[in-house]
Amino acid sequence: MGEKMLMKGNEVIGEAAIRSGCRYFFGYPITPQTELSEYLAKKMPKVGGLCLQAESEVSAINMVLGCTASGERAFTSSSSPGISLKSEGVSYIIGSDLPCVIVNVQRGGPGLGGIQPAQSDYLQATKALGHGDQHFIVLAPAYVQEIATLMGEAFDLADIYRTPVMLLADGALGQMMEPVDFESKKERVLPEKTWAACGHGNKREHNIVNSLYISPEVLEQTVLDRYERYKMIEENEVQYDEYMTEDAEICIVAYGITARIAKTAVKAAREKGIKAGLFRPITLWPYPKKELAALADKVSKFLVVEMNMGQMVDDVKVATDCRRPVEFFGRTGGVIPTPNEILAKIEEMNGGAK
Amino acid sequence: MSNILLAGFGGQGILFAGKQIVLAGMRQDKYVSWLPSYGPEMRGGTCNCSVIVEDEPIGSPLVTTPDVLLAFNAPSFDKFESTVVKGGMLFTDSSLVNKKGTREDISYFYIPATELANENGLTGMANVIMLGYIVKKTGLFDEEYFKESLNAGIPAHKAHLAEVNKKALEIGFGYEG
Repeated sequence: MGEKMLMKGNEVIGEAAIRSGCRYFFGYPITPQTELSEYLAKKMPKVGGLCLQAESEVSAINMVLGCTASGERAFTSSSSPGISLKSEGVSYIIGSDLPCVIVNVQRGGPGLGGIQPAQSDYLQATKALGHGDQHFIVLAPAYVQEIATLMGEAFDLADIYRTPVMLLADGALGQMMEPVDFESKKERVLPEKTWAACGHGNKREHNIVNSLYISPEVLEQTVLDRYERYKMIEENEVQYDEYMTEDAEICIVAYGITARIAKTAVKAAREKGIKAGLFRPITLWPYPKKELAALADKVSKFLVVEMNMGQMVDDVKVATDCRRPVEFFGRTGGVIPTPNEILAKIEEMNGGAK
Repeated sequence: MSNILLAGFGGQGILFAGKQIVLAGMRQDKYVSWLPSYGPEMRGGTCNCSVIVEDEPIGSPLVTTPDVLLAFNAPSFDKFESTVVKGGMLFTDSSLVNKKGTREDISYFYIPATELANENGLTGMANVIMLGYIVKKTGLFDEEYFKESLNAGIPAHKAHLAEVNKKALEIGFGYEG
């Protein structure tokens, strides 16, 4: 254990990236994640890195493409409207099999929406941010400490599977301060970047990084190869957390900031004698399907809680083959649900307040 | 244990005060969180921050029903007085808020923090005086411990502020209204 520091979530994203050996950040400011750029603008030069404010989000994501093509670790960050702008670049990065990290500190939408916390980019992040057959890893921290841990993981996962990894946070996690300890990162064996388009003194054939494949057969094969890797990710990289699910009858499924609020509601429900539990996906892709399917054998009902209009509900239904009813409670537009609101929903599902 | 809401004008040192409570809690290995309002506030606009000090992991970082409320201006007093939990405490700066509370199920604490700051050559440090008063009345932290904790949070290039912070805290500790 290192010494605990009190930091904002946004600053922790930056510090964890630096500690993961990332030296390149390309971004464009947007509330509620701008403290990240501010932090890196101060810190990156001190470690010989570069924090560059691009002229737009589109530009920033393409700088990430170029930088990672050379084999360097790089990342970009934005909030919801800015992430939409990056979608084309993300698809090109996927098509080029480049590793990078993308941070989305979500705010309410659609459109410019608002600046308060939301989780309404769940479908965009987990299904298809850009065009084409594709996936990328999506990590959803619930605590500032978990931002530190997952940001370190994100760069390793990106390198191992040659894929973008998204850290999907929200405005509350970005803005809040909690104690954080940076010493808890898992060590992984990383592959050499033999594909990188970097200087090599004419010792080998030059590498080309590209996402254009004119021949359908060749393109099909690159997609199939990529989906082999996706299969490995689904088999090896699922992360989740459970709380009081052993004997739960009503099981909440929630991620990120909402999961910790739901946890308070579960505790309160237990005090009232209601057997509630919480299942928290940490990886939103790959989704913990098997684990939820196993839970469906034990619990009688699921309750999805999100800060959106129910974007994860179908994932729970699919994972459990609709064997149990799946209900939903959510707030959206930047409103954070309270533990009492969630408790009221649990009581309703339990047959009304007693 | 304690859900604290600090509310006032931007520039009054609300966020700073909240951070000091959180730092003092963290150094005692408590679970703590600090969440600022981050709307289009600016100096002179309204501003608040949710501070939680707990013995177990924190759920929602947003304080909607505070055990302790600091209303550092009249709009905050009006807006948040009704949200304080039964048996809770409401602190206000009586030199800025010319109001008396009407609820009978909470305790009110009035301190002319801004006046006290001005009288003692500590203009701009009403927030630290208020912190001292809150720490004393709530018993959140030992006074000597909190003084040390506040001092430890002062960066080297602002070392000259250690003495005035200490003085301001002591005024808060010593105030009997």
